[in-house]
Amino acid sequence: MPRIMTGLACLAATLLAATSAHAQGTVKVGAILSYSGQFADTGIQIDNGIKLYMKQHGDTVAGKKIEIVRKDNAGIAPDVAKRLAQESIVRDKVDILAGFDLTPNAMAAADVSVQAKKFMVNMNAATSIVITKSPYMVRTSFTVPMVNEALGTWAYKTGSRRAYTLVSDFAPGHDGEQAFQRAFKEAGGEIVGSARYPTSNIDFTAFIQRAKDANPDVIYIWTPGGTQPAAIGKSIAERGIDKNKIRIVGQGELTFEEALKGMGDAGLGIITAFHYDYNHPSPTNKAFVEAYNAEFKRNPDMFSVGGYDGMHVIYEALKKTNGNTDAQALINAAKGLKWESPRGPMSIDPETRDVVETVYIRKVEKVNGQLVNVEIDKIENQKDPLNARAKK
Amino acid sequence: MTAVTASTLADPHHHLAAQIRWRRIEVVFWLSTLLPFVLAPDYLVLASQIAVTALFALSLDLILGYAGIISLGHAAFFGFGAYTAGLIAKWGWGEPITGLAIAGVAAGLLGYLMSFIIARFRHLALIMITLGFGLLLLEAANSASWLTGGADGLQGVHMWPLLGMFKFDLWGVTAYWYALIVLFLLFLVARRLTNSPFGLSLRGIRENAVRMRAIGAESRPHIRKIYTISAVMAGVAGAVLTQTTETVSLGVLDFQRSADILVILILGGAGRLYGGLVGAIIYLIARDQFSGINPQYWYFPIGVLLIIVVLFLPNGILGGLAQLINSERGRRWFGWLTGPLRRERKS
Amino acid sequence: MITSAFGVLFDGFAYGMLLFLLSVGLSVTLGMMNFVNLAHCTFGMIGGYVTVTLINSFGWPFLATLPVAFLAAAAFSIVCERTMFRRLYRSTDLDQCLLTIGLVFVSIASTAYVYGTIQQPVQLPDYLRGSVHMAGVTFGVYRIFLIVFALVVTAALVAMLEYTRFGAQVRAAVDNQRMARGLGINVDRSFAITFALGGGLAGLGGALAIDIVGLDPSFALAYLVYVLIVVSVGGLGSIGGTFAAAMLLGISDMAGKYYFPAIGSFLIYLVMISLLMWRPAGLFGKRV
Repeated sequence: MPRIMTGLACLAATLLAATSAHAQGTVKVGAILSYSGQFADTGIQIDNGIKLYMKQHGDTVAGKKIEIVRKDNAGIAPDVAKRLAQESIVRDKVDILAGFDLTPNAMAAADVSVQAKKFMVNMNAATSIVITKSPYMVRTSFTVPMVNEALGTWAYKTGSRRAYTLVSDFAPGHDGEQAFQRAFKEAGGEIVGSARYPTSNIDFTAFIQRAKDANPDVIYIWTPGGTQPAAIGKSIAERGIDKNKIRIVGQGELTFEEALKGMGDAGLGIITAFHYDYNHPSPTNKAFVEAYNAEFKRNPDMFSVGGYDGMHVIYEALKKTNGNTDAQALINAAKGLKWESPRGPMSIDPETRDVVETVYIRKVEKVNGQLVNVEIDKIENQKDPLNARAKK
Repeated sequence: MTAVTASTLADPHHHLAAQIRWRRIEVVFWLSTLLPFVLAPDYLVLASQIAVTALFALSLDLILGYAGIISLGHAAFFGFGAYTAGLIAKWGWGEPITGLAIAGVAAGLLGYLMSFIIARFRHLALIMITLGFGLLLLEAANSASWLTGGADGLQGVHMWPLLGMFKFDLWGVTAYWYALIVLFLLFLVARRLTNSPFGLSLRGIRENAVRMRAIGAESRPHIRKIYTISAVMAGVAGAVLTQTTETVSLGVLDFQRSADILVILILGGAGRLYGGLVGAIIYLIARDQFSGINPQYWYFPIGVLLIIVVLFLPNGILGGLAQLINSERGRRWFGWLTGPLRRERKS
Repeated sequence: MITSAFGVLFDGFAYGMLLFLLSVGLSVTLGMMNFVNLAHCTFGMIGGYVTVTLINSFGWPFLATLPVAFLAAAAFSIVCERTMFRRLYRSTDLDQCLLTIGLVFVSIASTAYVYGTIQQPVQLPDYLRGSVHMAGVTFGVYRIFLIVFALVVTAALVAMLEYTRFGAQVRAAVDNQRMARGLGINVDRSFAITFALGGGLAGLGGALAIDIVGLDPSFALAYLVYVLIVVSVGGLGSIGGTFAAAMLLGISDMAGKYYFPAIGSFLIYLVMISLLMWRPAGLFGKRV
């Protein structure tokens, strides 16, 4: 009997030592994304970006091993996001919260980031206000006002005068609508009508018809992606809208790769503004796209690059703090980080902790028989205008 | 919880009196709900969500298991209670218990209004009306985003400490105590209700509504009563969820939630009060574990389980267990558990 | 404005035809055997995925895939009927609901596993794309095709019901099952064939729906609600009722989104609840 007890005691001691040693040498990152549901593709692409970065740079930083703990948010579900964030911290003992493909989810999780004092890397959620919800958050994607105000100004500069706006009825959509309308009006244009469609809407014929009836010379459409862009493209073709007379402009999700495949030739000529496309002609991007294709057999998109750059921020910040995962230390280390991302040059603004990058204007054209977004213009060093104005 | 047999017809009062006595296994059950505090302190938030779901399932059991009303839209009351509690807190009154009471009453009012419609229909029309009502409320909440926050969810729900002392913390200690106590108190109410003449008449309605009318027992007022009570309970469950998580969004109203609670109740066994509780525990723990392994394919085993339960275990898990326990062997082995708490005094 | 109203009407009509194809099978089987088959849209989904696989992986032309979609969905529905559903003909509504919901869950998870959760793109042949202009209104070519096709199918269905012996047997079984059995009609066989037919039509509807509403694993559940609305409003067992209800639903959905985008989706449920309260058996139904 005593031998068994000693044996068990030794075993227990070893296990305890092992786990605690393990715990000391690991930094756990909780990735809260939509792995299923309507936005599953978004979540998976972000996750791929994370995986690729870790593959290329190894999984050890500043002497600590990086471990990703994945949780499925399954779409727009802020209560689930909050619970997952809380569980990650309490149960899985994560040190850093990451992911967040949708604004409502990011905002709910931000509460937890504040309560538990954890560093949070927002890899996608693009509404301006998100970044203000936690002092420990950085963003590595883009903000809707940044991209859409640039688009609004550009639309006017290049000839449009009467705009109709059609957006999805939740925070990022409202942001897009306000941003585009503001910039377009400030430049001198007129808004002839607007509408908001339900977030889960599938058929756009009625909405597109209404837009056409208002007689604009440019229709601005905002969609978060998923299944909607293809449906929108088809409706545009079916309603017989001539893109030479009425320009179709929107945020990048409207013409991302899957959407273009679904739209077919109906997508030709659509103009979008965005911070990333896999065709961006820089050597860093070419290498990134090649590696991505080799690993995942598909092209990266803006979500992938958000995940990729998010991991970059985590790695660089940890290097600066020497492995210390204290939220304040990490956020101080992250502020002011500058690097060349596959999307182009980008940095983290030290005041707002938000992203600073280039906005590209692209047009859908047929290159080598395939539909791609071709860059036709660019606007550099864009920050989020809402937060910049608020600071003044 | 046993079937109404010929012997019980002889003396319904004795039958009810026997039913309402506490069994040992019930005591064991309720004591074991305290175990998570000690055994699984990291899982208290999950435990409080199980308690909320159990209460919701209990409310559905009252109308489905006892009165035979199939509702595909019961989340309407859950969500209505959830949003009411959230709005009360958002508008400045963060006291949990009064907020809970107000939310329950609000949901009850809605249930009372709906009950007039519900009591008049049966079969497919009833199913569709409950479904339609649930979807309608979801769409209304979505459209009224100025009030509900729409797809973004309600922001600014901050609860004051419970009884002035216990803050709702990140680990969920206060949350679980709160949810558990609310569940227990309302369970006592449900238990009393179903083991009363009113409860018997409900079962009569479920079995044969037409015959009830023939023996002079009006079914519609009973249906309205139980539907309203069920709505209050569901609303309270929703309110507890909002208060313990300090967030509420459209997910509390959607069809998935109504479907899930139906599945949970059937899994556990309808018409047994504990069925909903057992179903909630099993379903949520399984989902929690499964989501960790394979988040996308959770509904596969649930679908298979549902098919198996319907084909082979029509009375749910508790029904199957009851059959086992009531058999000869079962009685010998488990009789001490299912026996009453105190032996009946022989007079 | 009038011309755009026409356009909306036309699109609503096309959408209604789609709903009709998806729902008619359920209406007849519900009316005949009172079997609540919530997995009906799973048959639709199967038809859709068969089409997608044939087009994308095997390069079949779109029109050729339609009969295969029909047959595949019909076959699948027969298998389900023989193995699971027939045990529950005497069971309660609830049990039938639950079994078929279980089937829906399994089918959603399985298709998510095999095909992933992204939208399935389908390339229509060129002659079905684009639009034509007539009298100042734009009509989508595909929608015209859809309407014509569905009308042909409807005509065939009605002809079969009214003018064939089999159709007479089906009508008898819907009206009064016991009497029909008593007269020597093989109700079970009629039902099996009708069930297969209904499943096949749902599959056809699913295949045709891809271009209008898209296809992903959640189709089985998302369209179930609409189908149930059509069936309950139209009246069980009535093809004319299903047709009328599908039109009503399709047009009011489109019109709602066009004229009142804020409350568009709202409207459907309100209309349904009111109609059911007025006539619980549906517009043309015979019994609850």
